[in-house]
Amino acid sequence: MTAVTPPAAAKPVVDVAERLYRRRTLVNRIALVMSCMAALFGLVFLTWILWTTIAKGMAGINWALFTQITPPPMDAGGGLANALFGSLIMCLLAILIGTPLGIAAGTWLAEYSGARKIGTVIRFVNDILLSAPSIVLGLFVYTLFVAQMGGGFSAFAGGLALAFIVLPVVVRTTDEMLRLVPSQMREAALSLGIPQWKVIVQVLYRGASAGIVTGVILALARISGETAPLLFTAFGNQYWSTDIGAPMASVPVVMYQFAGSPYENWQTLAWAGALVLTTFVLLLSLAARAIILRNKISHD
Amino acid sequence: MTDLTFAMSAPTVGAGRAAAANTPPKMSARKLDFYYDGFQALKNVDLDIADKRVTALIGPSGCGKSTLLRVFNRIYSIYPKLEARGEVMLDGENILDPKYPLNRLRSKVGMVFQKPVPFPMSIHENIAYAIRHFEKLSKADLDGRVELALRKAALWDEVKDKLKQSALGLSGGQQQRLCIARAVALKPSVLLLDEPTSALDPIATGKIEQLVAELKEHFTIAIVTHNMQQAARCSDYTAFMYLGELVEFGETGTLFTKPVKQQTEDYITGRFG
Repeated sequence: MTAVTPPAAAKPVVDVAERLYRRRTLVNRIALVMSCMAALFGLVFLTWILWTTIAKGMAGINWALFTQITPPPMDAGGGLANALFGSLIMCLLAILIGTPLGIAAGTWLAEYSGARKIGTVIRFVNDILLSAPSIVLGLFVYTLFVAQMGGGFSAFAGGLALAFIVLPVVVRTTDEMLRLVPSQMREAALSLGIPQWKVIVQVLYRGASAGIVTGVILALARISGETAPLLFTAFGNQYWSTDIGAPMASVPVVMYQFAGSPYENWQTLAWAGALVLTTFVLLLSLAARAIILRNKISHD
Repeated sequence: MTDLTFAMSAPTVGAGRAAAANTPPKMSARKLDFYYDGFQALKNVDLDIADKRVTALIGPSGCGKSTLLRVFNRIYSIYPKLEARGEVMLDGENILDPKYPLNRLRSKVGMVFQKPVPFPMSIHENIAYAIRHFEKLSKADLDGRVELALRKAALWDEVKDKLKQSALGLSGGQQQRLCIARAVALKPSVLLLDEPTSALDPIATGKIEQLVAELKEHFTIAIVTHNMQQAARCSDYTAFMYLGELVEFGETGTLFTKPVKQQTEDYITGRFG
């Protein structure tokens, strides 16, 4: 080898390549170590938060948590039954109001707005609503519904405020999921002479259903932990109430009140509420993932 | 052979009309122009689609052959800024007339696309879905219609045991035959096939071509294809298009062996396109 290649010309080339290769290896190692550290940093805090929630929350988990209502300060026993029920009712209200409206609006955007400018404008406004601070939505419902229209603090007002959080999420996912359905599907269905609304409801919704359901589930996960919009609307209630026209307790609001109190029994309940809420949200995300996964498999 | 000489002298009358003279046209385009947001994609096209025959549209990419096909059932109209001018007659009526009901047109003129698009439902439901929209049938009658459509599309034997399964689980070739079955089930008089085999392997392609030959007994077929052998194998008439114009039209045998225009000869001998 050395005899054939002129050593003077070949050697520096090899050296440069070798040096560059070593440099790349080094840079690669540094980048790898740094990204691993960043990932670890995030994971450490996540585990810490989860661990604290579980460790402190487990102390308050018992049967009474789900059967008894919020106790007075420094009292033994008591639970979160009224708050859990209230959260369930208000989240349900929000989903019932927000989902049909959101699906209808998203459908209009994806299927009917066409090349019209108003579609782009509505998408933009919807994106603003999507990132609006939730307390603003709470204040909006407070001003318009609770104060001016004389609605008063009520579970319905709370559900309405949460519905405004659900709405943009559902509009966005419906719009995007429908636009992901290939245009050939529309052409194929329309070329059978079936009217557009029927094509949308019976063909396109089927293609987009997994995505839309996932969007609704994630919206539910988001609102189940919302505190701010409920403060001025549902207010809270120490007692058991099933009247959606009256103030109603909810888990996040009870947590907000109890965690900041000096009473130990309230603090324990707040942690128990945190654990229940976290578990609920975790289960919802798992459900969303399962739906996406199942949908992927059936399409392959 | 008389119509062959007629075809040779045809261009003065309009390239698309003459060759099909011995069979009455089912659909005919007259002075058809088409615009994509101002860009003219079809220029003054005259073409007859002969009744119960296969007419192939060939030409290089972008020549307007798919556009022409998409005018025949007005599927283009679902997109904004597209416009067709001129006339397309079907059974004596101009389908480009805004008053012509779209859904009636599309139930008469079925279409199968390049990419097989089964609906996300069961095999049975894929076909039953459209029938149910136009007719009120008992369950037994509906099942009969589904079977008939699947038999016509030469798919019945392969799927008869799994009608309730999702159509998305079928192979590409089976999906395309399902799409043909779906179109055929509505008993249209015209079938438009837009490059129906370009996404399929040779075996599936062979099955579809065989199917086309059988279907022409009952349907008028227009097929767009990039594959000249395919056009030669399965069509009775062939139209060659280039840059939005209909360059030459004639009986398939004649067009492929004795093309009149230089452009046609260049294309079919592979000199461009």
